[in-house]
Order: sequence, then structure tokens, then C-alpha cells
Amino acid sequence: MIRQTIQLSLAIGFGAAPLAAQTIAITGGTVFPVVGPKIDRGTVVIVNGRITAVGAGVVVPAGATVVDATGKWVTPGLIHADANAGAGVRGLGGFGEDSKQGDFNPSFSVAPALDPDAVGIPVARTGGITTGVILPGGPFVSGTAVAVDFAGARTEDLVVKTGAALAINLGDGSKGAGGGSRAGTLARLKTLFADALEYDRRRLEYRRAATQSFSAPVAELEALLPALRGLQPVLITANRKIDIQNALRLAREHRLKVVLRGAIEGWKVASEIAAANVPVVLQPNVDIPSFDGLGARLDNVTLLRQAGVKVVIAQNDPGGERSLRYAAGNAVRNGVSWDDALRAVTLWPAEVFGLGQYGALAPGRVANVVIWSGDPFEFSAAAEKVFIRGVETSLRTRETELFERYRNLPPSYQSR
Amino acid sequence: MIHLKVLAVALAGAGLTADLAAQAPTAERNTDTLSIDRPQYPSTYRRRPNPPVVVRNATILTATGSELRNASILFQDGRITAIGDVGQIPAGAQVVDGTGKFVTPGIIDTHSHIGVYAAPGTSAEQDGNEATNPVTAEVWAEHSIWPQDPQIPLAIAGGVTVAQILPGSANLVGGRSATIRLVPARTVQELKFPGAPYGVKMACGENPKRVYQNRGPSTRMGNMAGYRAAFIQAEQYRARWDKWLKDRKGDPPARDLKLETLAGVLRGEISVQNHCYKADEMAQMLDLAREFGFTIKSFHHGVEAYKVGDLLAQAGTAASVWSDWGGFKMEAYDEILENLALLTKAGVRAVLHTDSPDGIQRMNQDAAKAMYAGIRAGIPISRDQALRWITANPAWVLGIDQLTGTLESGKMADVVLWSGDPFSVYSKAEKVWAEGWLVFDRLDKTRQYKTDFNLGQADPGVGR
Repeated sequence: MIRQTIQLSLAIGFGAAPLAAQTIAITGGTVFPVVGPKIDRGTVVIVNGRITAVGAGVVVPAGATVVDATGKWVTPGLIHADANAGAGVRGLGGFGEDSKQGDFNPSFSVAPALDPDAVGIPVARTGGITTGVILPGGPFVSGTAVAVDFAGARTEDLVVKTGAALAINLGDGSKGAGGGSRAGTLARLKTLFADALEYDRRRLEYRRAATQSFSAPVAELEALLPALRGLQPVLITANRKIDIQNALRLAREHRLKVVLRGAIEGWKVASEIAAANVPVVLQPNVDIPSFDGLGARLDNVTLLRQAGVKVVIAQNDPGGERSLRYAAGNAVRNGVSWDDALRAVTLWPAEVFGLGQYGALAPGRVANVVIWSGDPFEFSAAAEKVFIRGVETSLRTRETELFERYRNLPPSYQSR
Repeated sequence: MIHLKVLAVALAGAGLTADLAAQAPTAERNTDTLSIDRPQYPSTYRRRPNPPVVVRNATILTATGSELRNASILFQDGRITAIGDVGQIPAGAQVVDGTGKFVTPGIIDTHSHIGVYAAPGTSAEQDGNEATNPVTAEVWAEHSIWPQDPQIPLAIAGGVTVAQILPGSANLVGGRSATIRLVPARTVQELKFPGAPYGVKMACGENPKRVYQNRGPSTRMGNMAGYRAAFIQAEQYRARWDKWLKDRKGDPPARDLKLETLAGVLRGEISVQNHCYKADEMAQMLDLAREFGFTIKSFHHGVEAYKVGDLLAQAGTAASVWSDWGGFKMEAYDEILENLALLTKAGVRAVLHTDSPDGIQRMNQDAAKAMYAGIRAGIPISRDQALRWITANPAWVLGIDQLTGTLESGKMADVVLWSGDPFSVYSKAEKVWAEGWLVFDRLDKTRQYKTDFNLGQADPGVGR
């Protein structure tokens, strides 16, 4: 019974299928495997969408397409842990798909609404982003996250994993869900958790209408169960110190696999977060005080890292999704090590969201690989080639065509 | 005759002459009974006395076309006195080692709402849009600015020394802007940049027609009719006042703050700062300006400016734009990364602006994004050109380019020392001088200003 429920909730059926079968060898570049030290003049071999070999002395297989990356930097594709591309029209007001009305929607997943033709998808790729985690938005329990690769013709091609995390908001924006107080929000959440577990224990009686009524529809309560069993990460938005501490208490009391999101005042309780072994997804450039996080400061990531917290860097600018790499660069500017910043946009988001085959250049991993002209965090560098599941993707965007049309004025209006 | 001229300008309320008006000789008859003859909210900003400063052995980007290596810069009494080889260092000068570091002019943002949309972002601090009428030329941004906005020290830490604070874009005409120095202050008057002319915020497109959809304007054609009706009134108002000011005989015309600002535009004393995303709307606004005989100093948020660079260059209108923001609304849909580079190539005064309390902290980074996007697209943009997007060109838009915006002898000592190449993501503003006053030092906690709001609860934590 339990297993059946989990399968339903996680909606397995999507998965990183190769887009086409071929063998590629990327040679001569400075390779950053992330799970090991950087390799000068390294080779990365890709077969049928997976990485099969990484190293300095790797033999290029016969028949491989050789991509010369001499002088270039080779990294795993970046994973954007708070992505939008594909979930609506590039964040155009009123055209988003990532939230649903109401405040208790644990069963909501944006996956079926993802549009492989969205113009934002190739834009994300130009930023070296191969994979995104699209989080549901909402004031309280907003649904589950879906992980996607930014390539493919059909929605099923994009989706890597549904139910990658259950998203809960305990920040300032959640107070309405609790009648106007954080205390009410927490109490409501605990009631919902209790109801979900009670429903699970007494399904038979429920069908006979022999239980008291629950505080939410059972289809929604059921969607909480994977998280309550510790099988699904619970992404909790919490910025103020006390919200973070409440999230940590919740994790202890209910044995949840909590991931913090936001954590503006995380630095104040960095050791507590580290002790709880809770990772954090945050935007490193948040430093403007609000009453949700008066302690906002640019060295938040640095202080969290110093305490040993696993940090995932995200960036949620309007239209600025491709700027994830600059957010990582800014984290370095503000004291984080370069290697940690790379982990924070590759390996760590993969680990946090259960994408075990992602986020590194190592045999067996999904071949999401980016060849950069230089340091990926620098403005002077660009993603020159982006491979997703072993296939080179196009970096032409709608913007490219606009530029080409207006490069010389007045435009000729002749198509190229 | 001279005093008439002064009065006419004071009537327009230009800050530059408001100080003069305060000291103007009393006019012959009864003028002291008129509000227009009295000071119009003058600046009380004063330069702080500081010892001379020499930064030695740095790479100096002047924003005038040169990049000086292993060079020095000397400033004293608030002015730059030597660049390159500074010769004898004056006694008592503070000597700063600039080895491996870069020096630029202070950064200037032509589009900010700091102080009028202050942090912590409560509804009590939403003072940027007087959204009660489509034309509110009578309101002045400076009357909304909160000098204790904790966003001010964060912007200073990004190397920003001057910003134009604008009303929001809800209205066709949103009100007057204020050009302020980013310095610690108790009052807005202490922030106001002495001598900076006023601007007036105008807005095209989606925002006004959305805000006023029930009462009008609700369409772009309604927007145009609204601007025209306002300037027709202003023409008449200006004529009435000009006639009266000639001999000051009889009762003066009734004073109307809204029309006073618009008449200031018609007199060329108040610059038009026009929120306008789309190329076709920019062309409409240039026609509007021709109809009423004024010029538009800068379009703002010109996401599509690259499509009409030739028209902007011809009109002498600057374009204040972002590096990579777009897509967040329909009129921002056609954003491209090469906007600034293409505008520069077309001969337009291109400006990188922020409209953002986050963006204003990293304007060097946005300039870098746009510079490298241009270079990648085959448009050669030098570091000096990219620097002008955030210094010299915005100074021109604000009408203070004779005073600041470049590193030249005689200009104000608005100077930033960067830890490295300002176009690298890893570089930080290390020291910031505002007219020779060290308003920020990353290495010295005592030189990291906190607003009253910060005290006891919100340490900005920029000191690393």
C-alpha cells in the first residue's frame, strides 16, 4: 500500500532518456569534474547521452566526434534550482504556470504545463544552464518541484523528475494561511500533517465515512505522505531567523528531509543549520533589509559555508535566469571559494533534489556538459557549446534574430 | 533685467537657480509677497573639508577615452587637481597605494527610486507614485525621499555617488525628479546635488493605461492625447506668466504647480526623463516633443531603443537601458543583450540605468555584461566606452557633466578605487570618495555608514 502511494506521488515515468545516440569526445580543455580536482588538457567522452570517461590520458574512442576544447573550460551543465524557463512565457505577467490558486496544493505539479517551445529555454542554455528545478509558487503549501533538462521536443523529454521536493512557505508571505500569524501557519501545518498520517492509518474507515472530517481533501493530504515518510525533500521557504528555527524544529519533530529556501538570516543560525544537516537554496545577492529578513547581508553564503552548510545558489531575476553563473561569481566576490561556488550550481543542487546522475563530469553521469570560453562566472566568458544528454543544443535565441535584424539601421527586413 | 531672468528660472523651480533666487536683490515692488520670489527648496548639501588624497600606481579609467596604467590621481578641496604624473604630493596628503587596483569616476544612476520606495518595503514607504491623476507634474520626488533609506549605504558600497530619484511610472507625467548625492544626511536638502537641474518623469505605454484603465487613459492613443492636452495648457500658462514677468504690472497669474513644471519643460529648464520601452512609442514621443518645442533628454527602460538608434542620435536624446532585463512584460519582450553596444555604435548617448536597489549596487557588473555582449557580437566596445555608460553619459543626462562624471582636472573628486578590473565579477569598490569625502572604505568599519534604520537591527555587512 505504501509503495503504491509513493509511486503515484512521484509519478515516475519521466527520465533522462538520451535525445540521440552518438559518441563525442571533448578534448584539450581544462576540465572541472566537480567530484574531483580540475584536469588540465582533459578529455570527456560521451556515449549515448552518458559520460563514460573523464581524464587526462583518456583514449578517444574510434568513430567519436571530436570537439576540440583547447584553451576552454569544461564544466557540468549548470543546474538552476529556482528556474522558470518553460513554465510560462518567460515570466511575462499573467502567463506564468507555476502556481495555482489557493494555499494548500500539495498535489500540484507544473510538469504537464511545461512548454518545450518556450523562448526562455534556449535563453537559459546560453547561460550554460542545462537543468532546472521549477518550484511551485504559493503562500503556503504550493505543490511539488519538477526537475527538467532544457532540451527536447515534448514535455516528457524535458522532465527529469517530478515530485523533486514538496514546497512549503513559512516566510512572511505565509502568515495569511495561518490567519495572520506565523504561529497560526505552523499550527495549521501540523494539523495537516497529523490529518495526512491519520488518513493514511485509517483509509478503510475513511471510505466507510467513519472518521472525523479532515482539514483538507484527502487527495491533497495523500500528497503530503512521501514527504512525511522522509522520502521526498521538503523545501521550506524561511528567511527570518525564527522561521528558519521553526523549520528546523519541524524537521526534527516530523523527521522531514528539509531543505531551506531563502534563508536570508541563515548566517545567524549557520551552526544550527549545519548541525541539522539541512541544505540551503538561496540567492546570494540579497542584502536589502525587509521585515522578512532584517539581517540580509552579502556574506550570508560565506558564513553558511564556513559553518559547513551545503549551499545551492539560485538566481531569480526578472528575465535574468541566464545570470545564474554571475550569482555564483558574486558569491565568490563575497568570500566563497570558487570551487564551492561551482558545486553550488552543479553537484549540490543535484544532490539536494535527488538527481544523482547529474551535476558532475564522471563516468555514468548524464552528459550535460558546457564548454566555456573562460571562467564561467566572468562576464568576459560565454558558453560556447552546451550538450544536454550528450547532444549539442542550439544557442540561437529569439534575441539573436532581433539582433541580426537591427544590427544595421534601418533594417533591411530581408530574412537571413 | 537680470533679476527678471532669475525670477523666470526660479518660477520653473530649477534647483540651480533656486539658491541664486534666495540671494537675488529684492525686486522693486512687492515681490517679497510672492512665493515665486522666495527660495524654492534649495540644496543645503555642503562639501566636507578633507585632506588631499593621492592614489598611486593604479590603472585609471577616466571615462574621457584614456586608460592610464601605473598612474596617479590627486584630489584636494573636493576637486581633481592632477592625473597621470601628479608631481609634488601636497603636505598632509593621504597616500593610497593603488597597485593592482583600478580608479574610475563615481558611478551615476539616471534611474533610481531609492528613498521614494524605501526598504524595508512596507506600504508606509511606498511614496513613489502619486497615482491619483494621470498628470501630476506638480509633485516633486524630493518631497518623498527618506534620507534614512537603508538602500543608500548599499548603493554607496557599489561605487555610486550620484543618482536621479524619479517618481514612478503610473502617470503620464509623474512629477519632478531629484538629483541627489549618496551621502549620509538627515534631510533631503542635504542630499540634493547643488546646481543640478530638475527633470520631469514621463511614462509611455502599459503602466499609465493600466493604472487609469477605468477613468482613462486606457489606450496608447489615450496616453498621447493626455500628454498633448497637458502641454497645450502649459503653453498658455507659460505665455501668461512670461507676459506678466516682463513688467510685473497688475495681478500676477494664478500659480499652478503642475503647469509650472510643464512650462519649465517648454522653457528648456527642466529635462524630460521618459520611461518608454518600445521603439514605435519613442518615435511618437519625439514627435510630441517637436510639436511643443522641447527635447527629451533621455528615454528610460528603452528595451527597444536599439531599433531606433538612428532616430535617437538625430534627436540628441540619450537612452537609459538595462543590460539583460527583459521579458517580464509585453513591452519588454524584445530585449537583447547588445542594446547598449548597438546604441553606442549608432552614436546615441547610451546609459546603463538600474531602476533597482539591487542593480544599483552592481552597475559595473551590468556594464560589463553589456560590454562583453557587444564584443561577442563583433561591436568593439572599449572599457572606457563601457565606463561612460555609467559615468559620463548619465552625468550628461542629469545636466551635471560639467561638474562630474569623468576624471579630469577641475572636476569634482567623485572617485572610486576598485579592488581590480571593475568589469570583473570578482572586483569590489574598495573606497568611494564623494567630492573628496571618503564616504565608504571596505577596509575600515568606521567608514561604512549605517542609516538610522540599520542601527541595532540590520548590519549591512558589506565590509569584507
